Amino acid sequence: MQSAETGDSPWHEIVVETLKANDVRLATYVPDNVLSPLIRGLHADQAFTTFCCTREEEAVGIATGSWMGGMLGVVLMQTSGFATLPNVLASLAVPFQIPLIMIISERGTLGEFNLGQAMVCRTMRPGLDSMGIEHHTIRRIDEVEFFVERTVRQAVSTQAPAALILNPFLTGGKSEKKAN
Amino acid sequence: MSEPATNRTKVMNRADLTRRLVGMLDDDAVIGGIGWTNFELWGAGRRPENFYMLGSMGLALPIALGVAIAQPQRRVIALEGDGSLLMQLGVLGTIAARRQKNLLMIIWDNGAYQITGGQPSTTASVVDLVAIARASGLEKAFWADDEAHFETLVDRARREDGPFLIAAKIDDQRPKTTTHRDPVQIRQHFMQGLGVRTDPHAA
Repeated sequence: MQSAETGDSPWHEIVVETLKANDVRLATYVPDNVLSPLIRGLHADQAFTTFCCTREEEAVGIATGSWMGGMLGVVLMQTSGFATLPNVLASLAVPFQIPLIMIISERGTLGEFNLGQAMVCRTMRPGLDSMGIEHHTIRRIDEVEFFVERTVRQAVSTQAPAALILNPFLTGGKSEKKAN
Repeated sequence: MSEPATNRTKVMNRADLTRRLVGMLDDDAVIGGIGWTNFELWGAGRRPENFYMLGSMGLALPIALGVAIAQPQRRVIALEGDGSLLMQLGVLGTIAARRQKNLLMIIWDNGAYQITGGQPSTTASVVDLVAIARASGLEKAFWADDEAHFETLVDRARREDGPFLIAAKIDDQRPKTTTHRDPVQIRQHFMQGLGVRTDPHAA
């Protein structure tokens, strides 16, 4: 259920507002087309320190350091970017008990046109499950505020990394343009 | 083309340089990269502001950048080896682009993946890490010529706005100690050292 504050806002505005309301102040990312309105919204809001990184591992390291220094962060990436992360999640975020919040735009399903992306997507949830990392898939606009808020709060309270997967049904995803 | 670093820099000792560094610090945060880099930091004595990585090769600089962003009033130092930095070179440009004033990166370059059996890294032959740092936009990137020069550079980096990068050619001597591998204890002590956490019993 959406609150009165979020009204008819698009998903990415709800994410920005909910992260802000839950004390997230740093956003590191590797660019992604589907996430671009969210990235623009974070850059535009002075409450956040937002910048692009060269690899998802780098973004995770920065968010880990910032949290230990007292600033809660979020890392934004695409499905294929998540696939580069298991080593640093298993050797840093999980054993050191870091509330690392990952927002992943789901690519490789529901209309994927690139077999490589489809294969990578199949590794994501088993990877998260194998490390005991809680994850939720957001499919509908009326789930966004609740899922984001509860996930951030639980990550901080239980000192555990967590992943929010943005399904194409929410974001529109990325689909092949039909030839004219 | 500039003269190779090995022609003008003395090969120093990591334990000695780590002790010299720690002796110059106040409340600076220090992130020790994996392997012998952080074994030597551990061996240089207990500091509540030290963080010891136990994996995640290459992330000492990113973790230090995060701490530096969260605590802009504190000097933050990353200790990293040549093999680890080669794995995550992109972060040099990220740090340069952010102009992170309170960050000092120290690179121990022994030209080898020493802990895995001493296989040579590319810095042993062709790669100059200070040249890469400068080409990534880090203007204050320097080779330490000898121990006295290392201390001069560290002193400057602690008084002047960074980001700074200091690289030192080091020998292959093994550390005498091993970091105690308790990640939650390491993280909790570090956060207490940074003033982020307090002892629950003291509340």
